[in-house]
Amino acid sequence: MSFTLLLIQTLNGLQLGVLLFLIAAGLTLVFGVMDFINLAHGVQYMLGAYLAVAFYGIVDNFFIALVLALLASLAFGLLLEFLVFRHLYGRDHLDQLMATFGIILFLNHGVRELWGAAPLSLPVPDALSGAVRLMPGMLYPVWRIVIIAAGFGVAAGLYLLVTYTRIGMLVRAGASNARMVSALGVNIELLFMIVFGFGTMLAGFSGIMIAPILSVEPGMGDNILILAFVVIVIGGIGSIRGAFIAALMIGLVDTLGRSFSVDILRLVMAPSPARMVGPAIASMLIYVLMAVVLYVRPSGLFPARGR
Amino acid sequence: MINLKLTAAVAALLGMGAGLGLSSAQAQDHLKVGLIATLSGPPAVLGQQMRNGFTLAVKTLGGKLGGKDVDVSVADDELKPDQAVSKVKELIDRDKVDFVVGPIFSNVAAAIMKPVTESNVILISPNAGTSTFAGKDCNPNFFVTSYQNDQVHEVLGQYAQDSGLKKVIIVVPNYQAGKDAAAGFKHKFTGEIVDEMYVPLGQLDYSAELTKIAAASPDAIFAFLPGGMGVNFVKQYRQAGLADKITFLSAFTVDESTLPAQQDAALGMYGGSNWAPNLDNPQNKAFVDAYIKEYNAVPASYAFQAYDAALLIDSAVKEVKGNLADKNALHAALKKADFKSLRGNFKFNTNNYPIQDFYLVKVAKRPDGKFETEIVKKVFSNYGDTYAKDCPMK
Repeated sequence: MSFTLLLIQTLNGLQLGVLLFLIAAGLTLVFGVMDFINLAHGVQYMLGAYLAVAFYGIVDNFFIALVLALLASLAFGLLLEFLVFRHLYGRDHLDQLMATFGIILFLNHGVRELWGAAPLSLPVPDALSGAVRLMPGMLYPVWRIVIIAAGFGVAAGLYLLVTYTRIGMLVRAGASNARMVSALGVNIELLFMIVFGFGTMLAGFSGIMIAPILSVEPGMGDNILILAFVVIVIGGIGSIRGAFIAALMIGLVDTLGRSFSVDILRLVMAPSPARMVGPAIASMLIYVLMAVVLYVRPSGLFPARGR
Repeated sequence: MINLKLTAAVAALLGMGAGLGLSSAQAQDHLKVGLIATLSGPPAVLGQQMRNGFTLAVKTLGGKLGGKDVDVSVADDELKPDQAVSKVKELIDRDKVDFVVGPIFSNVAAAIMKPVTESNVILISPNAGTSTFAGKDCNPNFFVTSYQNDQVHEVLGQYAQDSGLKKVIIVVPNYQAGKDAAAGFKHKFTGEIVDEMYVPLGQLDYSAELTKIAAASPDAIFAFLPGGMGVNFVKQYRQAGLADKITFLSAFTVDESTLPAQQDAALGMYGGSNWAPNLDNPQNKAFVDAYIKEYNAVPASYAFQAYDAALLIDSAVKEVKGNLADKNALHAALKKADFKSLRGNFKFNTNNYPIQDFYLVKVAKRPDGKFETEIVKKVFSNYGDTYAKDCPMK
């Protein structure tokens, strides 16, 4: 029984990791290629979820809503790039933090004005609702398996894109030395715009995929943003591969830590203090992991070359 | 559409101007009430329910409380105690309010208690019912129209005990109110607690906890996961296929503020309350219908308790014939609670917290497609809290 439990918790960890990867992939691209700290990435994830809910209300079909929300996320990302981000590329990181923090406040308040403060929800599409029986009495929701599959699919797609295409090559080059790429005659502004738009779309996609599981509410992106930053710092800024490995590590460490910390502590402590100490330790684990990784490899697991 | 909104905005601005002119001329005759609630951030929906409930009561009473025209100033505490303190000071010093109604959260209540009551202004809490001011630190300027927080958890504990559930798992956030919730439940439930899960405040994904619950397969779980946490937990609990197998008992986890997001996922889940929208008395029916008509949402307990707070002020101001200067008379008038509460049975204990009935409630779908909690059975009658005996007031 406890082996089964371990198996299912590992699955849970993978699912959390995959979700983190979807968010962190866009963030690490933007940070790595454009040297731009985009705090607004979290609200773009939130916006993806809200757009999906809004479109679902109109078309009443999850998959059409998904496509429409993705397109709208992309369009909104490009609009933001045009209006705000474009003017900040050459600026200091602090300026970027201030401006993108402003966007967080603005959008968090904006969705509240538009959709109200009450949490909203997006139903799981009928074909993918329900649960599969992994073991007697142990059901696993189909939608979570879909998320895992989607995450691995996006990871594979990104890998192919970055490794084998011209734009992928430019992205890698940009992560190493953006100014040199520009000097070689590449239209860096266009590249930045594409990367940024794509990153926004990925954030929107993760928001849409998670909306059936989580409540859609103002500020939902703020917590996840911190985790996404932990992921890209552990993985090495600018590295998709690093983000993937780090996201899975964090997902597994966090989930397994939460599941088994109390049981493990009970071996050495009385049950009642173990119940109090266990969760506290579990919620520290990912930051401990980050500290250890940064101590051993200060620029992350897979730093972009030439940095 | 845009034109319509613009016109409305202009009209509102003009209306405000007219209101200002009026209030400076006749300020003396007006009753002034300050409302402090959390109106931003994720819990804003609770504050809005409270504000709506109070506003609706004033409207129903023809814009008057106790026969006096009433000016209501609304302030947002942003769920920050320091912010709340400066906001209530503004209400008291600048707006010269006679009553402060609020807040939603207990930590905010603890912060604004002194600034309000020491200025000899009446503080009426339509939700936060912290134990801190129920015992020896009870205060003659402080009244509560909700409950003492522990009581709601005790309702579920008592129900679990009465219905012969044997094995229960507790899921609460790892902070003071979470620990109080677990303690309140265990106070009445003597069966086996298989596990107590303390999750980080604001946790989003409960897959790890749900897997453990499924593996332990208890008779019931008791959850205290307010706001967005509850929305996420309930949806994931249903998706994991546990809802039909393990009885779901909860406090502040399934109510009308979260049901619009939980919807079908919460059907059949239990909560504890001092009221429900379907509580059968004429004034409650009228209130629920009016609220839905006005705000297109089913009222939650936050709204009804704020409505009752307005009725309480109305009754007391009437009783003292509008003379608010004599504080002793005002205290006595408030304590009489001479109004028809929407919940029926209601009187104040010695500590100014209510003595009332508590019910087990269950989530159901209304004929109009919205969701609400409905009363299953009465669990406590004329139930006062356990702290009142330490209160020196009579």
